[in-house]
This record gives sequence, structure tokens and C-alpha cells, in this order.
Amino acid sequence: MDFDKNVPIYMQIMFEIKRRISTGQLNPGGKLPSVRDLAEEIKVNPNTIVRAYQELEREGVTETRRGMGTFIVDSDKNSILQMKNSIGKTFVQEFIKKMHEVGVTDAEIINLVKESIGEK
Amino acid sequence: MEKILEITNLTKKYFSKKALKNVNLSLDKGRILGLMGPNGSGKTSLLKIIAGLQHSNSGEVLVCGKKIGTETKKLVSFLPDKNVLYPYMKAIDAINFFQNYYDDFDVNKAFELLDFMKLDKDEKVSSMSKGMIEKLNLSLTFSRNAKLFVLDEPLGGVDPVAREKIISTIIKTYNEDSSIIISTHLVNDVESIFDDVCFIDKGEIVLCGSAEQLRSEKNCSIDKLYIETFQNN
Repeated sequence: MDFDKNVPIYMQIMFEIKRRISTGQLNPGGKLPSVRDLAEEIKVNPNTIVRAYQELEREGVTETRRGMGTFIVDSDKNSILQMKNSIGKTFVQEFIKKMHEVGVTDAEIINLVKESIGEK
Repeated sequence: MEKILEITNLTKKYFSKKALKNVNLSLDKGRILGLMGPNGSGKTSLLKIIAGLQHSNSGEVLVCGKKIGTETKKLVSFLPDKNVLYPYMKAIDAINFFQNYYDDFDVNKAFELLDFMKLDKDEKVSSMSKGMIEKLNLSLTFSRNAKLFVLDEPLGGVDPVAREKIISTIIKTYNEDSSIIISTHLVNDVESIFDDVCFIDKGEIVLCGSAEQLRSEKNCSIDKLYIETFQNN
């Protein structure tokens, strides 16, 4: 995992976990790697992972079971869809901002997106 | 939270030259602190005082509430910026030497780390490369069950693969009961393992804080912040 070091790392870990949930790489009810394992794997401070897990728990994405680890909350499909939408929204907003920066108008953006998807 | 290290109004002079001016710093248990600053800013002086290898002129340094002395040397495991092992020693001799010297030295851990670093226990220090010596010294430093690990430039002069290994070892060794101080110039390579960062310039602390908080407050990486802070020197 490569980090953009301009953004707090714990937020990027949270985002990555949510992304994996919404693509199905991580399953609801499944266990997240232990803090130590994940810290060694992605080479970040264990305290940063703890922070990311805490924030995910606060948002209701994960839950900690004492002595067992951190688990993804077994939620309904609706909330996974919501997560997917919120990630998608973030990307789209970034995309629109970049397009505006190079002077593409909203109408042109829509046309370009339609064209690109159509070509696929 | 329990303080592993507390420094108040520390001053160090080398004759008329002030190396450290009124340094105040504290470190909580279970934290990893990055100490950064240009050459000659006072990093090594500060670390040597913490390790009990140099005396300060004024101010107070407490490790786990104790004044620097024989007792704190038992709590602090120090990795100097220069190799201190004799060239004739084999890795195994160095391990035995450390075992004799420190009560808290864990031989099994030393062998484990040696293995992880892919070092041969029968190789002599004199035939090792710079990176290998660095890795050997780091293995020895981390084989102690210390409260505070003080690493002076653990990444200087080693190739990127060795650097990865060293960073992995630091993360592996980390536990909630001890703290680690790392001085470095290679900010970009290690900034993701720091809880706290401290910038030191001309013997004075110019910036100190939580790494993640600084990232979100200043909207930039610690590396960039470092360049911004020191580019006018």
C-alpha cells in the first residue's frame, strides 16, 4: 500500500478498508488483520492502525470483540451500497475538480464520460 | 499517561559553543518519536545525553522518572551513529559480548533478528559491508528488553532493501511498554512509523507534535514540512 504522505495515514487506511469491503475483498462479519500484522505488512506505526480501527468502529463499520480482534460489522447490503456510493462520490468530486482546473465545462464532462463509457 | 522521557531546560555547551539551548521534550510510553534536523543541529548530543554518554551543563533529564546515571543506562538501549564493534569480532562474539554486558539482553531474540537480517553469525565485522554492520548493530540494540530505544541515524548509508528490513524490525520490536527515538535525515522513508516528530535546529527545538495532526493541520507531509522549515538555513 502506497501512502500519500500529505494526508493523515490513518484516514488512508480507513479508506482502503472501506474500499475492500465495497469491492467484496473483505466480507461482512470477517476479521480484520491484527494491528501488529497489518503494521508490519504496510510498514506503518502500530498506533496509526489502532487509530484507524478506532475511527472505523466509531463510524460503525467495524466492531472489536474482546480478546478476538476487530471484525467487520455484518451489515445489510444497503449499507455496503452506501459505502460504495460515498467512495464513488469522493472520486467523482476529485475528478470534476480536476476537469474544472483544465477548463472543461460540466456539459462537456458529461459528454466525455458518456463517450468513454460507450467506447468500452 | 506514563512518561518514558522527560527533559526540562536542557543546555549543553562544548566550551563556548552551545550545542543545545533550553531543550524541553517529553515522550509518552509506547510512542515512536522522530528527531529531525540538519547536520550539526544537536541531534547526536541530545541522544548521547539521554543514553548517559555525555553530561549536560544544566537542566534535567529523566528516564522513567530517574535521573541519568547507572540506573537509567539499564533502561536505555542506544544505537550510536558510528560502529562500536571491534573489527576482529564475529557476529556471535558481539552477541556474547552484549550478553555479558547487559542483564536484559535476550540471546534468542538476537539470533532471531540475525536470521531475519540474513546475517551469518560466524562472519567477522571487518569483512562486513556498511549496511551489514548497521544491521548487526541494530539487531544487538533491539535484543535488549529496554524501556527506551535510542537510535542515532539507523538508516544512514544503507541501501533501500536494507532500509526496509530495518524499518520492519523497528515495527516488529515496537511494544506498548517501551518507546523509541529515531534521529534521521531520511524523513520520507520513515515518516509513516512516527507517532511524534520533533524538529531541532541550532540546538533548539523549533517544532514538535503528533505526526498525523501536523499532516492534517498543514496539509502536507512531514518531509515537506521539514524542507519548508529548514530550507532557509
